[in-house]
Amino acid sequence: MTEEKELFACGHRACAGCSEPIAVRMILEEAGPNTIGTICTGCLEVVSTGWPETAWEIPLIHAAFENSASVASGVEVALRQLGRDDTHVIAFAGDGGTFDIGLQALSGMLERGHKILYVCLDNEAYMNTGIQRCSSTPLGTSTTTSPAGTYSIGEDRQKKPIGAICAAHCIPYTATATIAYPQDLKKKVRKALAVNGPSFLHVLVPCPTGWRFSSEETVELARLAVETGIFVLWELEGGNLQNIKVTKKPKTWRPVEDYLKQQGRYKHLFKPKKRQDVIEKIQQDVDQKLIELGITKET
Amino acid sequence: MKITIGAINDKPGSSKNYKTGSWRTLKPVINLEKCKKCWLCKQLCPEGCITKKEEGPQINYDYCKGCGICAHECTFDAIIMELEER
Repeated sequence: MTEEKELFACGHRACAGCSEPIAVRMILEEAGPNTIGTICTGCLEVVSTGWPETAWEIPLIHAAFENSASVASGVEVALRQLGRDDTHVIAFAGDGGTFDIGLQALSGMLERGHKILYVCLDNEAYMNTGIQRCSSTPLGTSTTTSPAGTYSIGEDRQKKPIGAICAAHCIPYTATATIAYPQDLKKKVRKALAVNGPSFLHVLVPCPTGWRFSSEETVELARLAVETGIFVLWELEGGNLQNIKVTKKPKTWRPVEDYLKQQGRYKHLFKPKKRQDVIEKIQQDVDQKLIELGITKET
Repeated sequence: MKITIGAINDKPGSSKNYKTGSWRTLKPVINLEKCKKCWLCKQLCPEGCITKKEEGPQINYDYCKGCGICAHECTFDAIIMELEER
């Protein structure tokens, strides 16, 4: 039996049960060794590149918080000048480095049309600095900077629709994926690397530390996010949101409560008093989103 | 420690020097009789420390952090988590 070489090595310092290494391993398995990566500040950088060691087996450039996309742009132009068209360029960033801090660099990269796969590993808050909210944190989430209490339901704003924002740049390929569906994720990576131009992949990566669940439930939470409709798996070629293709439709859509009650960050919605109003609001938002995506819900 | 020019790290995969197995409190044990070799555990292991072997998956306990994803996701209940004894 032949053993393929792992491009993301053992010994990295991610928390037990972290899903970022799972996602990165799947992406690199599909991309292969002829790949140059860029990475910005975030969990992935902290856990994989502690000096003097590195977990990466591909060339990797560590950029500042906001410019994973800019550095990748430079790498891509240099490769094209050298005539090395077969080398993939993948920009890795977290949700903070994509939704908040790196949005300008990302927009520039998409607009200039570099042939780069930009991967956003979204764990829905600034996890490595201590679970501060960011613009990808969903409504009703308790974080250290949006704490739940007597007068607060936690985060009071909606999650930024980053996929739609990226697709609005009329890039060739935009998709969402998660670790619970490896074949779906790998297929999307394959498609994204094949297009001639920028592609954006939004990967949901559940975080046991920040979402406050037991480490073995990581993949289950990712699956629940899809089955409840909280995180819809779709892909889109071009900029017209009408053409979105939903790639995973569960047989029965589960109520969002199933997803929320498994996580400590939503504990305040169930104890001491059940906040039915907030749960219903989250459910309504999900239903609305599914209608917009043209999905009819049968239960 | 000598810092290289541009802080270039010329040792890919050198994180293997650090054995994360000491983090573990629960230890996954594979029952090879129940295993159907679907390799889902290998795919979903965050550490990448499960390798394909002829007789079935093999866990490298030098790096396994004992998160329990493999045992939780195994369709055939072929992996159980045992209390780690050192």
